[in-house]
Amino acid sequence: MATNVYMEALSPTMEEGRVVKWHKRDGDPVKTGETLAEVETDKAVMDLVARADGVLRQVAAAEGQTVAVGSVVAVIVAPGENVGATAAAATPATSSGSGKREGGNVATAAAPAPVAVAPLPTVAPADATRVKASPLARRMAKEAGVDLKLVTGSGPGGRVVKKDLERAPSPGTPAAPGATVAAPFPVSRVLPPERTGAAYQDVPLTQIRKTIAKRLATSLGPIPHFFLTTEVDMERASEARDALNKQLGDQGGKVSFNDIIIKATAHALTKHPACNAWFQEDHIRYWHEVHIGMAVAVEDGLITPVIRNAELQSLADIGREAKELAERARNRRLQPNEYTGATFSVSNLGMFDIDQFTAVINPPEAGIIAVGSIVQKAVVVDGQPAVRRRMRITMSCDHRVIDGATGAAFLKTLKQMLENPLAMLL
Amino acid sequence: MATLTYRDALNQALREEMQRDPNVFLMGEEVGVYQGAYKVSRGLLEEFGPTRIVDTPIAELGFAGIGVGAAMAGLRPVIEFMTWNFAVLALDQIVNSAAKIMYESGGQIPIPIVFRGPNGAALQLAGQHSQAWESWLSHIPGLKVVAPATPADAKGLLKSAIRDNNPVIVLEGEMLYNVKGEVPEGEHIVPIGQADVKRPGSDVTFVCHSKTVTVALKAAEQLAEHDGVSAEVLDLRSLRPLDQEAILGSVARTNRAVVIEEGWPHAGIGAQVVDIIQREAFDQLDAPVLRVTQADVPMPYNKQLERLAKPSPDRVVAAARRVLYLD
Repeated sequence: MATNVYMEALSPTMEEGRVVKWHKRDGDPVKTGETLAEVETDKAVMDLVARADGVLRQVAAAEGQTVAVGSVVAVIVAPGENVGATAAAATPATSSGSGKREGGNVATAAAPAPVAVAPLPTVAPADATRVKASPLARRMAKEAGVDLKLVTGSGPGGRVVKKDLERAPSPGTPAAPGATVAAPFPVSRVLPPERTGAAYQDVPLTQIRKTIAKRLATSLGPIPHFFLTTEVDMERASEARDALNKQLGDQGGKVSFNDIIIKATAHALTKHPACNAWFQEDHIRYWHEVHIGMAVAVEDGLITPVIRNAELQSLADIGREAKELAERARNRRLQPNEYTGATFSVSNLGMFDIDQFTAVINPPEAGIIAVGSIVQKAVVVDGQPAVRRRMRITMSCDHRVIDGATGAAFLKTLKQMLENPLAMLL
Repeated sequence: MATLTYRDALNQALREEMQRDPNVFLMGEEVGVYQGAYKVSRGLLEEFGPTRIVDTPIAELGFAGIGVGAAMAGLRPVIEFMTWNFAVLALDQIVNSAAKIMYESGGQIPIPIVFRGPNGAALQLAGQHSQAWESWLSHIPGLKVVAPATPADAKGLLKSAIRDNNPVIVLEGEMLYNVKGEVPEGEHIVPIGQADVKRPGSDVTFVCHSKTVTVALKAAEQLAEHDGVSAEVLDLRSLRPLDQEAILGSVARTNRAVVIEEGWPHAGIGAQVVDIIQREAFDQLDAPVLRVTQADVPMPYNKQLERLAKPSPDRVVAAARRVLYLD
């Protein structure tokens, strides 16, 4: 009995994958769960694992070759089972619209096989990406805003069932129904409540907010951005950084400006929860936790690994985590859960001598801070000219969630935190 | 509260209803002089005399028809079948007369009749005498069908059946007649159409009735003991009408169900219950609903084969483990 090895969807958005390296060769014995190959997805390099015990045969995708999700890249057969065919080019599992479907996709891939691999009831690629879940699990996931694709199912055939969702980490349970009732127009919108232990609360859109959302979304691209810039005096932050790094000495894990900015941003977001939110079409999700997406340039693009609960972490911890995530991001070794789920983002081009720029919001987040370089400038301090280290930060806001004054108030707090880092201790 | 056998609870219900209403009478094979094939009518001939406790020849279609005629004339007959296997001969009167006359007379002629007797298998009575007919009988619009599992429910449902102005089928059980339980004295009525939670639970619902209630309760005990699983046992009690609200309420609590019945799987009562669950509680389900039924064969005479053919606690436990994803 042969089992096809498919190019699997190893990230939520993956459509094709490049085989980086085969760990197993034609003829090698393999066990269920063993890594067969490394595959580069659109986001990272992931392991393609064996789904059956047996011997790997008919490796049909060469290293470096890019193949579509759902393609058969090899087969696993029982020891001694004769498949007789030579490796063939990877072919998508679906029969192209042109006509009759042949015995199985391996048979189509390897034409002159003396003993064809058993014509298996093939799994169409659509099935590979469809999430199997019980009706109850679907309802629970919908209510909790959980993406079923990210939940590992423990039921038969990987079916996601109730207990898998009860185990799933955050986003937690929705708040009491009473708290989420939309205030009828013209009462002003429901403000984010005090932290209750739940990871977030869904607040339905009021009529006025729906109208704002609809109208603004038709203006500047799908997301109506607006931008707020302020210049921050970084003298004290610089002094603090120098002092902290002296303190850390040779222990390693030096604190960077970026770490300080992430910490300050997270701290400021806890004071302005209206900016720590996701736009969700018919409601706004106000997060009670702060997960900061940190834009990292990689060879051919960028990715935003997430510093979880940045508001609760020490500067040293943020520094270590940021460094480690950035390094793995550059090596394309991030797991999907490490680059999804941010509630707000920070993008820093200071090291490129950029004075100021505007960053594009990473939906469904509602805001992002663009950080420029720190430069010495002549400024007036207490009526006297002085040379100070200054930095310009620009916040991009999703106007459907954040209004001008809301964003400005947040930015002012952030500026105060950075200009007086001790305030973060309060 | 007195502890009575199921048999004596039925006897009490008959006696009380006959004392209460002179139009009620009992008719069937061996109900009088012999005091009932299973002694359900013990002492009734003595108390009510031969005009109200009527022995009949072995002629099921005939005395069922006499009963329907008496009901048309305003009496309230209780027709006893020695077993429902023999009532197959009387189905024309039950289905074509009793169930239709009210409808086809434009509501002018109610048929307040009760057809009762033991249903399903006992022990080693073989294929022709071990049949559970509830899905046949519940199929018919115009009939009500009840299947009590306990002495208290037997008394309460038989009283409701006798007072109902429609034909009511009461399915008893040879293996139930000796079951003992507390029975409220006097006016104890169990309304037709109300299920009863015989054991509350939170992890899986066992929908059952009649003899399978005991099977489900045993399975629930095993699961609690060995797997820490809390099973809810829902006794349907009435099969037509079905207590949809109780079924859905229980499934909403447990998200999983196993439906148990004595009859065969094909087009059984359980299929109807599963239809309700999948249609009305789709978003409550965490697993497909499974059924435990008699094997799809005529009941074997061989003792071991008969045991294997019947729903058993072990089979219910196995089904429960599957819907709980424990296997």
